[in-house]
Parts: sequence; structure tokens; C-alpha cells
Amino acid sequence: MIPAAFEYHAPTSVEEAIALLQRYDGEAKLLAGGHSLLPMLKLRLLQPAALIDLGRVPGLRYIRRENGHFTIGALTTHAEVETAAPLAAAARGLVEAEGLVADVQVRNRGTLCGSLAHADPAGDPPAVAYALDCEFHVQGPRGPRVVPVDEWFVDTLQSALEPDEVLTAVRFPVPPPRTGSAYRKFEQPASHYALVGVAALVTLDEAGAIARCRVGVTGVGPVAYRARGVEEALVGQRPEPAALAEAAERVTEGVEVLGDLHASVPYRSHVARVYARRALAAAVARALGQPDPAD
Amino acid sequence: MATTQRITLTVNGETVTREVEPRQLLVYFLRDTLGLTGTHVGCDTTQCGACTVHLNGQAVKSCTILAVQADGQAVTTIEGLGSATHLHPVQEGFRLKHGLQCGYCTPGMIMSAAALLAHNPHPTEEEIRRAIDGNLCRCTGYIKIIEAIAWAAEHPEPVPIEVQP
Repeated sequence: MIPAAFEYHAPTSVEEAIALLQRYDGEAKLLAGGHSLLPMLKLRLLQPAALIDLGRVPGLRYIRRENGHFTIGALTTHAEVETAAPLAAAARGLVEAEGLVADVQVRNRGTLCGSLAHADPAGDPPAVAYALDCEFHVQGPRGPRVVPVDEWFVDTLQSALEPDEVLTAVRFPVPPPRTGSAYRKFEQPASHYALVGVAALVTLDEAGAIARCRVGVTGVGPVAYRARGVEEALVGQRPEPAALAEAAERVTEGVEVLGDLHASVPYRSHVARVYARRALAAAVARALGQPDPAD
Repeated sequence: MATTQRITLTVNGETVTREVEPRQLLVYFLRDTLGLTGTHVGCDTTQCGACTVHLNGQAVKSCTILAVQADGQAVTTIEGLGSATHLHPVQEGFRLKHGLQCGYCTPGMIMSAAALLAHNPHPTEEEIRRAIDGNLCRCTGYIKIIEAIAWAAEHPEPVPIEVQP
């Protein structure tokens, strides 16, 4: 399969990339790792007039920890996040999810930010973005802006990124002490996309009760979402298995659950509840410094 | 006439410069432009891994990379792995352990395995399985492939090619 012809630009600065986006007025697409974009071009689901390759822009490939936050640059690949030593203990849910994206070759090219900008409803990173409370750093002709995760995923394959903007980095707070995070995924074995993916982050207070809980879900609805019902059910509770299981029952609350060839609506809903419970249990165990519980 | 762009990259240690259409995928650049047909096109949808090559030492799927993205980079294909006189240990492992039947997936499998061993010379079986997660084989059932890669990890030296009389 061959993409339709396009013009190709390889700018060497974000400003130049933005100027090119403006020049093409919505008819150009940004290229980073290309592992969501190029398959769509090959299927001719997209036929942009131009590709603007960020790959030659210096300074976009990094993982930094500063001022209580991790920041991950636009060109940082899934493989680089998966293997980043500073993230291994502090953000295990993210590392876990990145290690489950597609396969080795895809993780070597595909980028975390590209995946988040692409907003695939079955991609792994969006679930973790909710759990970690990510914020999205965007640059465009109207200047820089920061978008909170609750405003980022707009619809299927649609993020809050405007056609003339560049997602330059994603940022999230370093999880505080007594915090654990985890990602549990039931995958479609051919594509490796999530039939259900649940990311959970749990912070315990000094008395051992749940002080804060964030749950992100992918693969279940038309867009990744935050399972607020689960979060509300758990804050203030002791992290006992029964409480986690009861809260996990609310994981599809208010969501239009997808049914397809691979998973009917009742089946996918059931799997979502099971995987929500497992993600929560793993996050709690990690917050307590215990080994992961058996699923 | 589509506009073309001049790219210069290193392929199997040799510098090559060509004019390419921006939409040309790396796998077709390797196969059709350079005649390196050892790299296969299987699914053409980023799933099967038959097109796996090394880009700057990392296993990548060349059906999902534009040739222009490889400008200035180093590509290694299956043709660049061994030599005229020696097999790469992974190649010898596949031969010795019957890691192939029809052979279609083999170049990609070997490139994924070689990248694994370059970064992790002593992988566990689980790590071998993970490393070929992105390569599909419809013949072997994978067991022989895993044995072949494990053999290569234990025998890291290039293997002289014996020519039968």
C-alpha cells in the first residue's frame, strides 16, 4: 500500500513547523514517529497535502524531572519511556503501559506524545494520561498554552490540538509518597490494541486510607475517559479487596460501551470491571510497597 | 511528475544517495530502488514484522517509515548481517535449530533477534518471546525460533560457512 503523494517538509524548529502548518491551513499533518499516521496514509484514510516531519527539530527528545514534575518531549519514543530509569519506580503505570504498546519495533519508532495527540480510543497512553493527571504543552501561532487532561481527549481520534498547533511535551506531577500506579490491559491479540485497558493511581494517607485515586480507561468507549465513579467510591475508603471490587463495578458508568466483532457490550463491560479491579489492586500494593497481587 | 528529494543514508555500511518521492516507504526503497529483496513485505500494515530492518541499530518496521525519514541514518538489512564467509550467530541458529519452514518471516525474525542480542546478549526465554512479539510466523509455532535465538545467545561468534563439495 502506497500513500497518496504529499509534499514533505523537515523543519528544524517548532516555530518553523507552526509556520508551515499555517501555510497549509489545515491540509498538512505533523509527523513524529509516524506509527499511527503512516498506516492511515497507506490506507488512504488520510490524504494530506503535506507532511511536516518534526524528526529534525532538536530538543524535543527528552525525559526530565524538575520542580516536582516529569516532562516528556514530543519525540520521545515509547521504548525510551519504557526503559527510562527515573520513571521505573515513580511512574510504574506509565512504564507498564508503554511496554505494552504494540510491539518492540513499533515502540522503537512511535512516540508517547504522538499517540496522545492521535487520541486513539484503544491506545494505551490515554488511560495513563488520566491516571497521572497529565497536562499537555502546546505551541501554536497564538502562543503557548497548557491543556489539562480532562480537556484533551475530545472524541474518537480527536484531541484538543488545533490543526496549526504542535504538542511539544506532556507533563505530570511526580507521584507523592505512598502512591502506586498500574496499568492492566486485555489486548486484541492481532493488533495489540486494548480491548480494555485500565490505568489506576492510588495515594494512601498516613492512616492507610485512600487519599486520592485516579482511574483512566481505554478501549471501552468511543474515547478514552476518566472513571470518576470509581474514584469517588474509593476516596476515604480503606483499600480492602472488597472495596476495590465494589468501586470497580462503576468503571463503565455513564459510558457508551463499544460492542464489536471482538467483544460484545456485556463482555467488554465485564472485562472492564475485572481489569479495573486488578489495576486498582496492583496500584494499592505498590503504594504499600508490596509485591503485585496475583490477578 | 511528483517532486523528489535527494537522500543520503548508509545501507549495510555503504553510503547511498538517491532521489526519492517523499511518499516512498523505506521497505520499497530497499527492495525496488536498491534491489535488497531480502527484506520482505508481509502484511504491509505494521503487524507482521517481515519488513524488519535495523535503523541506527534498532529493530523497526520498514513498511512504516518513509525513506526520507531515514535520510542521514544507518540502515542494516538481512543482507548486511552476515558476510560472504560467515553467518551471523542468529542465522546459524535458525539453520541449526530449524527456526524456519517457508522462510517468509525469517529475515524479519532474524533482524529482531539480532537487535535483541545486540542490546541484551543473555536474554531469558521471556525476553526472547517479547522481542519477537512484533514478528508473525505462520509455520513454525515459534518454539524452534525461540530455540534458535537461545542457541545464538550461547554462541555469539560468527560461524564460518562450510561449502559442501
